[in-house]
Amino acid sequence: MALLNQGCPGKRFFQQKNNYQMVKAIESSGISKKFGPTKALDNISFSVNESEVFGFIGPDGAGKTTLFRIITTLLLPDEGKMSILGMDSTTNYKELRKNIGYMPGRFSLYQDLSVEENLNFFATVFGTSVEENYELISDIYSHIEPFKKRLAGKLSGGMKQKLALSCALIHKPRLLILDEPTTGVDAVSRSEFWDMLGKLRKYNITIIVSTPYMDEAIRCDRVALIQNGKILSIDTPQKIKAGFSRKLFTVKSAEKYKLIKTLRKNPEILTAYPFGDSIHVTLNNNTLDNSLYEYLASEGIGDAIIMEAEAGIEDRFLELMEKDNGITNKA
Amino acid sequence: MKRFLGFVKKEFLHIFRDYRTLFILFGIPVAQILIFGFAVSNDIKNAGVAILDLSHDEITLKLTDKIISSGFFKKTETLLNYKDIDRVFKKGKTKAVIIFENDFGRKLISEGKASLSIIADGSEPNTATLVTNYTTAIVNDFTTELAGPVLNNSIRISPEVKMFYNPNLKSHYMFVPGVVTLILILICALMTSVTITREKEFGTMEVLLVSPLRPIQIILGKVMPYFILSFINVLLILALSWLVFDLPVKGSLILLLAECMLYILMSLSLGILISTVSANMQQAIFISLIGLMLPTVLLSGFIFPIENMPKIYDYISSILPPRYFIVIIKNIMIKGTGLMYIWKETLILIIMTLVFIGISVRKFKIRLE
Repeated sequence: MALLNQGCPGKRFFQQKNNYQMVKAIESSGISKKFGPTKALDNISFSVNESEVFGFIGPDGAGKTTLFRIITTLLLPDEGKMSILGMDSTTNYKELRKNIGYMPGRFSLYQDLSVEENLNFFATVFGTSVEENYELISDIYSHIEPFKKRLAGKLSGGMKQKLALSCALIHKPRLLILDEPTTGVDAVSRSEFWDMLGKLRKYNITIIVSTPYMDEAIRCDRVALIQNGKILSIDTPQKIKAGFSRKLFTVKSAEKYKLIKTLRKNPEILTAYPFGDSIHVTLNNNTLDNSLYEYLASEGIGDAIIMEAEAGIEDRFLELMEKDNGITNKA
Repeated sequence: MKRFLGFVKKEFLHIFRDYRTLFILFGIPVAQILIFGFAVSNDIKNAGVAILDLSHDEITLKLTDKIISSGFFKKTETLLNYKDIDRVFKKGKTKAVIIFENDFGRKLISEGKASLSIIADGSEPNTATLVTNYTTAIVNDFTTELAGPVLNNSIRISPEVKMFYNPNLKSHYMFVPGVVTLILILICALMTSVTITREKEFGTMEVLLVSPLRPIQIILGKVMPYFILSFINVLLILALSWLVFDLPVKGSLILLLAECMLYILMSLSLGILISTVSANMQQAIFISLIGLMLPTVLLSGFIFPIENMPKIYDYISSILPPRYFIVIIKNIMIKGTGLMYIWKETLILIIMTLVFIGISVRKFKIRLE
């Protein structure tokens, strides 16, 4: 993570330059969508700048896929307006569909066709050819080209994902929409995938991507945190992290399960969430003194190590979620 | 156009890569024709008969000879008394027992009358009826022959029955058109409805929708390969019925093929319609098989004549496309009639096709949901 953070300032600068044009790739205002009684999307408003990598971060069932289907003109919103690439998403869908590259969450290529046949098919359907736009996908496709005669259904998860991305890109779309592209893919392929997205920047393609992995947020220019069909916050990953309002401490102990139970019993502790091998804790009075050590020792946890830590996106997400739940509970 | 051809190419790849599809497309029609043609037959051939000849004279021997040598029957046993009848039926090979009374020949000559009993195995009503009919016919024929020189002074009317179009009453004449009708609608509707719902189920429809392909291109792209393959199927079935069953096409072959194309088109559009209303492949298969096969077999006039059905079934069958096609194909293949006599049925099929395509294109969802 630290390494990735260092890589960011340069990226930021590049992005800033483009922002001066102030052309919006997507402008969404008050989008709502219901499925029966459940509100999948509730008054979603956001805008995405041209050639930006914009991430939607949220848990499963947050409404990411529904939102993406509205962006890809596959669903109509119940309320609200969305303008994509300057076109209305409901009335101008035919023109829009020519300019969108879409990679659905589920692997959606023809499993009984070979790698090559899939790519050729999508190229012809979009009225282009593989040769014409090969430069755009060469970086990604070169990984799977040795297997081009293999049936798509027989590829590994990471290769399927690369093929799906190649197919979504083959017609050089102005807007690339990736719904959870890294779900179900190993860590190395995930990292590679984000590197590939980074390389697409030079072609001025706006990329919208969703992911349930908080650690991927840092690879986006801006992210929207989404939960229960509502956007909690939209900002750069850095600013989102900086928005964390309290001091954060990590507590470690050999007995993690007992530790979190004990911590949550203490009224002085505001929140306690498990994070990997430690527990992230915020305190009511926001200052750490010996009383916490003493409390834990009295409960039989003598090996606890407490340190102040820098908040990550996920901490901020949980904080916002808590706030949102508080509001809805009061209402 | 290039897009469309790319789509058609992809469909062909799907078909040729899936040996099950190929089998359904070509294996089943061939199997059906052969099964219906050989196994499901209303003709009798070498049915087992046993003879109980209590008279044993020149005439009974002659008559027995005539029956056995007709080709329809095969003698299984010669019985000695009545008790054997039950035993021989229980063995199962014998379908009928023919009994000549005592002094059969003498009575026939002197009194001009003698009796002969045919006892048939009623547990198989169809065969029993056929066997008794055939035997009676042979016996009648025999008496006429015999009566010619002997009893020339009595008056008798002998009706001479002749079957037009199908002089030997071969059942292939009925089954081949029926099977063509059944197979084409089943395969076309099943295949297209499954291939479209498959795209929905595998999520590939989502990607197709977010592409510049128009609904009509997707639909036609799906239909085109099956249209071509089904047409090849028709040629195959016709060739098979001609080679194996000697069933000629009496009318114009061109007209027949044109009508087949129309019927294929109708079935394909019906398949698309099914796919637009079914959410997954199972549903599509269920609707195509149960919803099309049973009514086609039972109500289209393929096996049971519509005239003999209660009125309500008649009405139901009038919305079934196969009912009209069966009339068309029988007319052309067996009676050799031209368009003049089948224009009404043809028109109905054209209208049905247009209605199905119209509804499908309108119902085809350009979005999810």
